[in-house]
Amino acid sequence: MYKLAKTLTGIVALTLLGGLANAQDTKKFPGIGRAATPAEVAAWDIDVRPDFKGLPKGSGTAEQGQELWEAKCASCHGVFGESNEVFTPIVGGTTAKDIKTGRVASLTDPNQPQRSTLMRLSTLSSLYDYVYRAMPWNAPRTLSADETYALVAYMLSLAEIVPEDFTLSHENVREIQALLPNRNGTTTEHGMWTVSGKPDVQGNPCMTNCPTDGKITSLLPDFARNAHENITEQNRMFGPFRGADTTKPALKKLPGAGFVAPVAATSATATAAATVAPGANAATLQTLFQKHNCTACHAPAAKGVGPSIAEIAKKYKEQDVVAKLATKVKVGGAGVWGAIPMPPHAQMSDADITNLVKWMLAGS
Amino acid sequence: MKTNDLRLKLGRLKRAPENFVSAELATEVSTDGVTEARRGFLRNSFLAAMAAGAGTASTLAFAQGSTGDPTILDKQVWQTTLGQPVAVRPYGVPSKYEANLQRRESPGLTRVSAASVSFAPLQGLFGIITPNGLHFERHHQGWVDIDPAKHRLMLNGMVKQEMVFTMEDLMRLPSVSRIHFIECGANTGMEWGNVAVPTVQYTHGMLSCCEFTGVPLSILLDMAGADIKKGKYILAEGGDGSGMTRTISMEMALDDVLVVWGMNGEMLRPENGYPLRLVVPGVQGVSSVKWLRRIEVGDMPYATKDEAVHYMDLMPDGIHRQYTSIQECKSVITTPSGGQQLLETGFYNISGMAWSGRGKVKRVDVSVDGGRNWREARMETPVLTKAITRFNIDWVWDGKPAILQSRVTDETGHVQPSYRMLREVRGTRSIYHNNAIQSWKVDTNGEVSNVQVG
Repeated sequence: MYKLAKTLTGIVALTLLGGLANAQDTKKFPGIGRAATPAEVAAWDIDVRPDFKGLPKGSGTAEQGQELWEAKCASCHGVFGESNEVFTPIVGGTTAKDIKTGRVASLTDPNQPQRSTLMRLSTLSSLYDYVYRAMPWNAPRTLSADETYALVAYMLSLAEIVPEDFTLSHENVREIQALLPNRNGTTTEHGMWTVSGKPDVQGNPCMTNCPTDGKITSLLPDFARNAHENITEQNRMFGPFRGADTTKPALKKLPGAGFVAPVAATSATATAAATVAPGANAATLQTLFQKHNCTACHAPAAKGVGPSIAEIAKKYKEQDVVAKLATKVKVGGAGVWGAIPMPPHAQMSDADITNLVKWMLAGS
Repeated sequence: MKTNDLRLKLGRLKRAPENFVSAELATEVSTDGVTEARRGFLRNSFLAAMAAGAGTASTLAFAQGSTGDPTILDKQVWQTTLGQPVAVRPYGVPSKYEANLQRRESPGLTRVSAASVSFAPLQGLFGIITPNGLHFERHHQGWVDIDPAKHRLMLNGMVKQEMVFTMEDLMRLPSVSRIHFIECGANTGMEWGNVAVPTVQYTHGMLSCCEFTGVPLSILLDMAGADIKKGKYILAEGGDGSGMTRTISMEMALDDVLVVWGMNGEMLRPENGYPLRLVVPGVQGVSSVKWLRRIEVGDMPYATKDEAVHYMDLMPDGIHRQYTSIQECKSVITTPSGGQQLLETGFYNISGMAWSGRGKVKRVDVSVDGGRNWREARMETPVLTKAITRFNIDWVWDGKPAILQSRVTDETGHVQPSYRMLREVRGTRSIYHNNAIQSWKVDTNGEVSNVQVG
């Protein structure tokens, strides 16, 4: 956010005179580009800097924030911002002592399981800016300035940086900045900010009899052999470098020239065949289910943030609920499966929603 | 039969010969009957199937008294039939035999595919250019397909004249085309502590290199009259829901940063920022903001979410290095690489990629004994600044276990470090900017695996 009074006056004059007039500084490239109007700049220039330049005026309470949070944020971040289900936790790992020192002590603990947002955050502006510009995740830029203040206040209260009845506003953000647990936790003293920076680690250019013991210190355990699915199917099926068949134990000896991997002859045709196979419809719906990020909360059988497909199919077995559930997907719902609400999915077409609901009711 | 014994020995499933016939051929045969040409092809398929069962197709075929390789002696279906007409595929696609080489997610890495990564299949790529359909993807809030007629680029902040450009405006300006790599700052991030993934696709696949066409950002900054003395930084902002924002120093902005619409001769793909993106050569990919809508000139860094929460490198003392941008020199052998299977001993061309965010690659050395002894690799042309350089080196494998490594030196004299050296300074929890030397172990059975050495 940067506004120069002079520039503004200039633009207003230009706009008044000639509508969207060409800029004055385009002599080299006449006819290209035009002046931005003040309204245009205001519409897009929403960033907030660490010195809070760009911060809209307004305020919100932690209590208001909690209400908004449970409706719009908890489905991904958990009721207390602690969830690790969809994204890394927002809250956790900070102490009252950290608030005093401005350094989060748990960041030096290699056993700290997660690094939460508030463990890392050194500038309050970043949190406000990001929530305002990009949240909620599936409906960004739908929060007002006051709602953003309220949500930031609620997150800060969860981390016990501010009390539960706190009101955050453009007038007290600097005081809160001075309480951030990791405000003194960052540095730009390193060689990776500029091209001319000095590297902190220099390799050894040694060519012969170099100092290394060459001992293997880490490798993939056997149980992970097929964790990335069959590597044969991720490599070219001919030529010198085939993929190992990771669905089976490693070969006992070199396979020899002319080796044809068992899947080689079918794999190429498998993808072509899949488009006409009878199961194609289900496959398309599965893709659709992923495309709309339903998988973030709904697993096939295990309960996640939301109920599993199997649970949904069981609950509504032999009931005519397609229209009812389709509406819930479209506008959101809460209370049937627990406290965490189902967010609205206004961006999905009715046809997609209906097909997915039918697919889920059939047990997918 | 002996063949069966061998099959068991090799631990492979016994297959009906039909499985060796392509689906198209099977359909043709069942609908149109067996023509002479098809009969020949079927016969070959059966032969190949039987031979494959025994492990060595060509040798067995000869041993059975044949006068040569049936793929030569018998007419193939593609030699005896009319091929397909032009423009059957108005936008061409790779051969069906290449279907295995795809962008893939790493299972378990992220929970939601709209805030995830798909990795480029480096193990199957040649040269230095990444095909557009295989460029890695990293989205923070899903990808969008923006109507170019409704796309605008705004310049504001410390400029004499705040300006708006349409795509027409931008594409009228004098454009340049340059080849640069884009590497995610978190590439190889899963390997900081230990080996975590099996193949080069997952260890190094957040790396791509394309010819980008666009206008230098310096031209646009000049047109708007940017205050380049006081305005030491720019903020680049995306036009999608994530509104990705990143701080770039004015020094870089005026140097080689491009506002890009072209990628390998065509427009950008939606997944890569269509219709407009920034390309900040040599800097971690997140700065090459996709769906670019705004450039603001300012006098201090912006500490955006992806500069103040993510894309910071955690050091052992608990301090985060902020604004770590440069992708330091790095290299990796792509063939042979983890998860691949060598069939026999003898000659191989070891091939790989080397790059540096600080300039050109000066040399690449390769070791096949875990770093004890090194040989200088051949660098293929072109060798370009902040681009991938392809290297190759001859290798005769004697069948004994080997550990392959590559090590790049860039034009600033920076030498790619080992894991031990990197961890001594940066620990194992920094997530970003892992440029350690990669080791691939070749076992006596020909299988290659991802290892780390002391």
